[in-house]
Amino acid sequence: MATLIKERRIAADSWHLLERGAKGELPEVPARGDVIVPLALWLERREVLLAYPGKLGIWLDANEGPEAIAGDVRRFPLIAVNFPKFGDGRGYSIARLLRERHGFKGELRAIGDVLHDHLFFMEQCGFDAFALREDQDGQAALSVFNTFGDSYQPSVLRPVPLFRRRLAAGKS
Amino acid sequence: MYRYDEIDQKLVDERVAQFRDQTKRFLAGKLSEDEFRALRLRNGLYIQRYAPMLRIAIPYGLLSTKQLRKLADITRKYDRGYGHFSTRQNLQLNWPKLERVPDILAELATVQMHAIQTSGNSFRNITTDHFAGVARDEIVDSFVWCEVIRQWSTFHPEFSYLPRKFKFAVNGSKADRAAVAVHDIGLHAVKDEKGEVGFRVLVGGGLGRTPAIGFVIREFLPWRHLLTYSEAILRVYNRYGRRDNIHKARIKILVKERGPEKFREEVDAEWAHLKDGPATLVPEEIARIEGRFTRPNYFRLPATDSGLDAALATNRAFANWHKRNVHPHKKAGYAAVTLSLKQTGIPPGDVTVEQMEKIADLADRYSFGELRVSHEQNLIFADVQLSDLHSLWQEVKALGFATPNVGLLTNIICCPGGDFCSLANAKSIPVAEAIQQRFDDLDYLHDIGEIDVNISGCMNACGHHHVGHIGILGVDKSGEEWYQIEVGGNQGEVRSGRGASLGKVIGPSFARAEIPDVIEKLIEYYLTRRDSDAERFIDVVHRIGVEAFKESVYGNADQRAAHRRGQLASA
Repeated sequence: MATLIKERRIAADSWHLLERGAKGELPEVPARGDVIVPLALWLERREVLLAYPGKLGIWLDANEGPEAIAGDVRRFPLIAVNFPKFGDGRGYSIARLLRERHGFKGELRAIGDVLHDHLFFMEQCGFDAFALREDQDGQAALSVFNTFGDSYQPSVLRPVPLFRRRLAAGKS
Repeated sequence: MYRYDEIDQKLVDERVAQFRDQTKRFLAGKLSEDEFRALRLRNGLYIQRYAPMLRIAIPYGLLSTKQLRKLADITRKYDRGYGHFSTRQNLQLNWPKLERVPDILAELATVQMHAIQTSGNSFRNITTDHFAGVARDEIVDSFVWCEVIRQWSTFHPEFSYLPRKFKFAVNGSKADRAAVAVHDIGLHAVKDEKGEVGFRVLVGGGLGRTPAIGFVIREFLPWRHLLTYSEAILRVYNRYGRRDNIHKARIKILVKERGPEKFREEVDAEWAHLKDGPATLVPEEIARIEGRFTRPNYFRLPATDSGLDAALATNRAFANWHKRNVHPHKKAGYAAVTLSLKQTGIPPGDVTVEQMEKIADLADRYSFGELRVSHEQNLIFADVQLSDLHSLWQEVKALGFATPNVGLLTNIICCPGGDFCSLANAKSIPVAEAIQQRFDDLDYLHDIGEIDVNISGCMNACGHHHVGHIGILGVDKSGEEWYQIEVGGNQGEVRSGRGASLGKVIGPSFARAEIPDVIEKLIEYYLTRRDSDAERFIDVVHRIGVEAFKESVYGNADQRAAHRRGQLASA
């Protein structure tokens, strides 16, 4: 069972991730439970899913964008973004856009090839939950959030860039 | 030099700790080769043909003597006693041991240096004009802007896993000495009619296997928008750049596939959200960065020096060196000096530890304790008093760095090639050497005049062959080393009116031994066709076309056809 880190702690996971079948067919939605559905399913069965009795989350693949759910972002308590390969950096942009442009306040979860050494930047970009790849040591990964004490750029964690904070500190 | 503040220093120290932990986990078998590869490359560590190679960042090529001495120490302690200055203004060591690299990084951090992002699919070292801050045609001091971008691009959380590497070049003078048109983003400082500073922004230039000249996405970007606009470009690239094929992953391919106009629209649409946001620069920040740079404490000096004039009049060798390797300076009584690392018989850019230490001593005595690495793989003393030039020349000469060939044919840009690099198809250093030997007559060299000859050992083009006036590319033909010749490339508008261009291949490739003859034919042909000494090789190529030069090497179409028939008949 893969470890889930949420808000820098190891957490239990009540969510069930629905994936496409081997031939790309859309998954069936169970009768109850908390589910994370793929974007395509949401786009196709939006009305049905709106009446779903459990909690409903959605996941975006790296080639999908928050634009596709722009008007609905606030409906979801959870949005997951898939990293097909750890070196694929599209998810970092998707996360920032969800947080900074679309005002998403719920759980933003990284899924897929999610590795120890990538969590720091992911968190900067707005992820607060990480479904680690099976082989990752969750306990060891908890230390990674303190890798760097600051960063130059504006980010979701620190919306004011370092240069403005430096100037403010210099004035006070 | 930009001097770190506490936060800059802490980030570099934290980076060392991070890489130490990653190396430890790799050696303990907790990180796969593939996963560690992505991490070590971000710290400049390659696994090369014979041993690892470590690329140490020299941000925008600027180096203090304290740093150079540390580099010499490191080279002595962890390597085999010499380093290689690269065309990206960095220093490469070829033999460090993997498990000791964290220690090397820790030593570098003590002199405000690092190997951050010198490889991998992220922002690379920002390069600039090696005469920044001293050029007479200066618009802005590009070092300041390079440092602004260095900070923004260091550990950028969103853009650390780009489709491919990403290179910025910044030029702060009228003449383009930073080759801005062949970078992913090139910035050329300009002033508008009100005197406000901004940048002409070029996107999508590059060398490699698909060379391209960047297109002007914005004629004038006011300086305060530099970071938000860059962020918009990078976000479009990060989201839509190709990731399915490493050879099509640079931003130039995205620009080409989208078309420049469509690409500009996408960037503008993204920028509409970011413009005037928190990353918008403010004058206080530019002043703060400017203030953290050490500045030479110049003396007030007369514009000429009688001792210098006398030495120039009487010493021909000194005068030759002065003509080629001494450059004008914006302060009266000062000059910039190039130390040529292109001595025949020495791989271009290579320096031993003893030489590094001696160069550091000279820079302390003659140039305020600082020096620069140029993308042409030479070293620059930027602030030398005119009255010191003659004695500096004597000392530099004794070290072997006074070859008076800057801008001339033997000042060859050359990658490490097949002698060192696992990517190379062919050796490049012996080719440079053979050309340097062929053109060893200094009078002839000066007569030929300014020409850039660039050599790459493979199509990754680290030796910038596409923008050499003559470019030489090593190719592999069924396991043998062959060389293609290009003519007509130009790195940028160093002189007004002649912008960046890419060379054209003139015909079938040659064996290594033939290259000096081919170059000689091209040069001799040029000499017969130039109007005057003032018309450079590249000017003649542009005036009469590449075809004529091709004929000078291969003969005209009839001769070529006859040659082919002869070959077929004998086969």
